[in-house]
Amino acid sequence: MPDERIYLDYAATTPVDGRVRAAMGPYHSEKFGNPSSLHSFGQETRAALEKAREQVAALIGALPGEIVFTSGGTEADNFALEGIAFANENKGNHIITSAVEHHAVLHCCEFLKKRGCEITVLPVDGSGLVSPEAVAGALTPRTVLVSIMHANNEIGTIEPVAEIAEAIKSRVAGRESRVYFHTDAVQTAGHIPVNVNDLGVDLLAISAHKLYGPKGVGCLYVRKGTRLAPLLHGGAQENNRRASTENVPGIVGFGAAAELARSEMAEESKKLLPLRDKLMNGLLTRIPDVRLNGHPARRLPNNVNVSVKYIEGESMLLNLDLLGIAASSGSACTSGSLDPSHVLMAIGLPHEIAHGSLRFTLGQQTTEAEIDYVLEKLPPVIEKLRAMSPLYPGGKK
Amino acid sequence: MTGPYSAKVMDHFMNPRNVGEIPDADGVGQVGNPVCGDIMKMYIKVKDKIITDVKFQTFGCGAAIATSSMATELIKGKNIDEALALTNKAVAEALDGLPPVKMHCSVLAEEAVRAAINDYLIKTTGQGLPGFKPHDESLHKEVHGN
Repeated sequence: MPDERIYLDYAATTPVDGRVRAAMGPYHSEKFGNPSSLHSFGQETRAALEKAREQVAALIGALPGEIVFTSGGTEADNFALEGIAFANENKGNHIITSAVEHHAVLHCCEFLKKRGCEITVLPVDGSGLVSPEAVAGALTPRTVLVSIMHANNEIGTIEPVAEIAEAIKSRVAGRESRVYFHTDAVQTAGHIPVNVNDLGVDLLAISAHKLYGPKGVGCLYVRKGTRLAPLLHGGAQENNRRASTENVPGIVGFGAAAELARSEMAEESKKLLPLRDKLMNGLLTRIPDVRLNGHPARRLPNNVNVSVKYIEGESMLLNLDLLGIAASSGSACTSGSLDPSHVLMAIGLPHEIAHGSLRFTLGQQTTEAEIDYVLEKLPPVIEKLRAMSPLYPGGKK
Repeated sequence: MTGPYSAKVMDHFMNPRNVGEIPDADGVGQVGNPVCGDIMKMYIKVKDKIITDVKFQTFGCGAAIATSSMATELIKGKNIDEALALTNKAVAEALDGLPPVKMHCSVLAEEAVRAAINDYLIKTTGQGLPGFKPHDESLHKEVHGN
């Protein structure tokens, strides 16, 4: 193992930025008041909460009042789906989503289906793209919500969210009841420009720990005038949208991370793009029988996802881990589930190719030397595992 | 990542014993399928009912490779009946245990041994193991659930 471990799994989670940690510091023991309290202890945390709300709103071009803090991306997605479904039961019960959504959306749709909702899961093309025309074509008079992610967490494909919003708008023009549009922006917020008005969305989910903020906090953007039922019932926090005493340190950290991301994301993209391309092209040219998963151009600046033919993902991850390299895979063997990633199946990969996927996601601390190290160490690992594989035609000795 | 695995599993995974093919094998068995993400192929040489040589090829996770390797060690030099008595539990125990979600790999290793012996018996006596069913979807369900 090298002296320093190499972390290339930023899409799973990111380290908390030191400046974010510093901003959170006082809100554990010094400034601990309940923001709902009238006294000065409560007032200082209330002010911090509202500052964070402004910081997060600024990141996505929203009004502060449209931000509802949650416990993370999963809650934000569940809140959007269940909140719309339950508040608009008298308008309709149909939800349109895609086959490559995060489980926070897909499993929530399955739950809603059991509660009487009608769910349309749209297919994607070979690069993972959802077609705006297909979304428009799936709309019915009973449709209350469309939920299409901004970018895919596994294969990095950036969906045509603005085009989908346009397609919905022109199809339902003149209709009385609204079709709300939600996007899961967990992989994009803080990494590429996200503006709720440019995207034309009514709801948008963000998770703080994907943008160098703390775990356990996120938000749902809720456009003014959206009919949304709360998930949590109790106090009047978050403008009656979400009961529960606010996670003040987490929210303060989220706000600080959002502000840093806003000023630094262009620079980070500029740094990561060439590194991503070096890794992507290096893998594709140095190793035979490797395919790129996801769109080659409409792609997150930090995502590389490849399938290595004839071998399985977990066996590669274990070898990489012993070399100090942290990556991830869509293989069933790494998830505890029995099937390979639903995303890789949705883009049409055969099982054995899906099992052989590897995802590298780059971030703040990624260096060119690290990419070079991966490009040096991975080919022999693949060669060794292929030599063991009954599927490898070159393995005959 | 190495967390869920014992040192012995990691040893057999990183330094697998008896990897390869036997071109003039007396019996060859292949089990598993791409859907599961595990395929094991086992080759045996048999002389006077003794398994004199055994090799394997595996497409699969760390546990699949380690159980294949351990199974070959456990049957090498044994006679056919002893090899047939090998259970998946014995393979897992010899590796100091497997995480529960990986126990199916040891089932595949046991099946691969039986499949190779079955092939040998058919080739030499015309009759396979009584009741032996090659690995198929029903085993997939048995091993993985639905």
